[in-house]
Amino acid sequence: METTTTTKGYQPMEYKSEEGRLKIFGFWIFLGAEIVLFSTLFATYFVLVNQTAGGPSGKDLFEIHIFATETFLLLTSSFTCGLAILYMRRNSMKGYLIWTIITLLLGLGFLIMEIEEFAMLVEMNAGPTRSAFLSAFFTLVGTHGLHVTLGIFWVIGVMIQVIKRGFTPVTSRKIFMTGLYWHFLDVVWIFLFSTIYLLGVV
Amino acid sequence: MKDFLFNFKMPEHFLVTGDPLIYGAQVSIVLASLAILFVLTYYKKWGWLWREWLTTVDHKKIGILYLLASLLMLFRGGVDALLMRMQLSAPNLNFLDADHYNQIFTTHGVIMILFMAMPFLIGLMNVAIPLQIGARDVAFPALNAVSFWMFAAGCMLFNISFVIGGSPDAGWTSYTPLAGNQLDPGPGQNYYLLGLQIAGIGTLVSGINFLVTILKMRAPGMTLWRMPLFSWSTLITSVIIIFAFPVLTIALALLTLDRLFGFHFFTLAGGGSPMMWANLFWIWGHPEVYIVILPAFGLFSEIFSTFARKKLFGYGAMVYSMLAISGLSFLVWVHHFFTMGSGPWINSIFSISTMLIAIPTGVKVFNWLFTLHKGRIEFKTPMLWALGFIPVFLVGGITGVMLAAAPADYQYHNSYFLIAHFHYVLIGGTVYGCIAGLVYYWPKITGFLLNERLGKWAFWWFTAGFNMCFIPLYIVGLKGMTRRMYTYPAGLGWETWNLIATIGAFGMGIGFIILVWNMIYSFRRGEKDTTGDPWNGRTLEWMTSSPAAEYNFAVIPKVKGLDAFHLMKKERAEGRKEETPEIKPIHMPKSEGFPVVMSAFMFISGFGFVFEWMQIGAFGLLGCVITMIWRSFNDYDRDYYIPVEEVKKTELAAGRRV
Repeated sequence: METTTTTKGYQPMEYKSEEGRLKIFGFWIFLGAEIVLFSTLFATYFVLVNQTAGGPSGKDLFEIHIFATETFLLLTSSFTCGLAILYMRRNSMKGYLIWTIITLLLGLGFLIMEIEEFAMLVEMNAGPTRSAFLSAFFTLVGTHGLHVTLGIFWVIGVMIQVIKRGFTPVTSRKIFMTGLYWHFLDVVWIFLFSTIYLLGVV
Repeated sequence: MKDFLFNFKMPEHFLVTGDPLIYGAQVSIVLASLAILFVLTYYKKWGWLWREWLTTVDHKKIGILYLLASLLMLFRGGVDALLMRMQLSAPNLNFLDADHYNQIFTTHGVIMILFMAMPFLIGLMNVAIPLQIGARDVAFPALNAVSFWMFAAGCMLFNISFVIGGSPDAGWTSYTPLAGNQLDPGPGQNYYLLGLQIAGIGTLVSGINFLVTILKMRAPGMTLWRMPLFSWSTLITSVIIIFAFPVLTIALALLTLDRLFGFHFFTLAGGGSPMMWANLFWIWGHPEVYIVILPAFGLFSEIFSTFARKKLFGYGAMVYSMLAISGLSFLVWVHHFFTMGSGPWINSIFSISTMLIAIPTGVKVFNWLFTLHKGRIEFKTPMLWALGFIPVFLVGGITGVMLAAAPADYQYHNSYFLIAHFHYVLIGGTVYGCIAGLVYYWPKITGFLLNERLGKWAFWWFTAGFNMCFIPLYIVGLKGMTRRMYTYPAGLGWETWNLIATIGAFGMGIGFIILVWNMIYSFRRGEKDTTGDPWNGRTLEWMTSSPAAEYNFAVIPKVKGLDAFHLMKKERAEGRKEETPEIKPIHMPKSEGFPVVMSAFMFISGFGFVFEWMQIGAFGLLGCVITMIWRSFNDYDRDYYIPVEEVKKTELAAGRRV
């Protein structure tokens, strides 16, 4: 394993091995592909946003207190996820675990709210098969929700490995990558929040 | 729950019946599978197959797997083409019925683009790129195996459709509403959606892998501007893949949701927009065309330079023109459906952006010609394919500019003129590039030289047949024959041209058979490539032995300029002293079983969704996720070191100094 040092002489553990650097770089590129993926879904949504086929529109369906709470939960979880990485850098297992678990709980809370929102809509006869608008809405928000679900499983998986093995170049790389992924989902949510929910209710 | 688990709705015809051709195919598939199982068991080769091929992460072996698969697919797609040509050889034939013909032109298109051209080029990238940039492997060797096996799973799924459930029949573009549930129920179209989805994952992963490999793993001294052109083209292609493939993923997913779960993206009933499919499809589809042509351009550049014994003319212009093409490739998609009627403004803009592409492409053609100018040209087989490419690609390109003129396109649209155009660029560009690359790298892949005489026969049969097949199609296109018609009446002046085209198609088939025979022949009676540098090459891949050792380079070379190996040979000839660097233990990745297991689950899942057996689909996805979790928990100690002694032994055995 080669090591290089930055000009400051300090380098986080996840960047110390060649393999770690390559994988983190590759993951950034993967996130680039994810941006294209979500952009396509956003474009689809905006093409179909007025195609309600006589059914309800966003104005009739979106409830401010629900999506505001969801936003609050997810944005906070991004902050706590950052704290978890900070504690990993400080080599504090306790701090890492505490903030990771808080992150997971916030993510789970977000997910439960979203599932309830979906269930409510379906009950109101506003499911994805109702109109093109609702197909696009469910697919876009659902794809984000699916990403959060996978993220939760991934963070748990990595956490178990960290508990077993401690902070090593490999585990710290995994923590860092799940962190990138989590922040990315947050960024996507900001766009969902502002262009779908906020524009939807005005 | 019970309803979910045991609900196996059977389609009307699970096994396709009613056609002697299909019965023959079914019988031969069963017999061939049994024969393979018997041979593997009888010669006790299962362990060998698992260790050496199914679990390999070596980019050279994965490249061979890609090439084998794409040659098989070239055969399958070629048989489809010959069946179509036979049906059209004379008016009012009933060799194929309309349904069967629809399925065959669909599978021909999908297979040739997605399961032949792209894996062929990705295979050549796998074979050559790490060697060419002086690396020991790609950045993510295990993911590279995932790429191949995902492609293989998608490809298998798509191919079994013609015996189980029936093939997709809405064309390779699968336009809605024709491809929607209402007009096209049943598993056929689902095969298209899921096969492409699974194979697409593999392609996206390949794109990421090669981008990181080329940006981060070049040998010391190899700056971006000292990279060989094939590496440049792969880098640019990877970027296009990363930007284009997620769009396909979404397009396929949306249509799958429409078909399987009653969503309304493309159905007018719920307010959906059928034309959105055409837009999404071509936002991916047009860049896809460049994904299959740019690597071919890269290969031609290498070959011209090698066999003209000259540095490539206008290296910088070659790179910038490829960058320009890759940018423009995302801005022309509407030219595939000018007739949709977007209005004169939009059509004009896309018409102009399409014509703009001719400029960088023209720059490339002139640079190739200037590379040949005053070169000492050697007419070896790879060079023949490269030289043959220029005139045929020119014909294809110029007719492309004709099609780009929107008002004129209202006449040419969906006629055989279009068919002839894109076959001239896709065969004349991509297939010539694939074959040129395969023949060029054959010694590096296998260690054997191909027979030049047979190689020339293959080239001339294929080229003569190709022009004989497609020039007449330009003419019948102008005479009004439209694409995808399964038969035509007599008396329209199409008969003779169609007959000539059919004869030409068989000429191409003979060329293909000679090519394959040459490959088999080289194993049995071919000369061995003892030097590792049979063409007097200019780039680093020719520095290694043929085939290259598993670690590629005993010592990573230092690069001093463009055409690095050429410079080294020149320095050696001038008698400059070479330093003999010390060999160190070599860090290598271990074999991985999870890619093939994961892909098997993906295949099962895809098969389940095709028949709308959701429980099987869910089971496959679950298996896939569990495999990934297993891999994540076993992501430790996945590497080993080859000791110095062993490296020295290998190098000496290959006749190299250490």
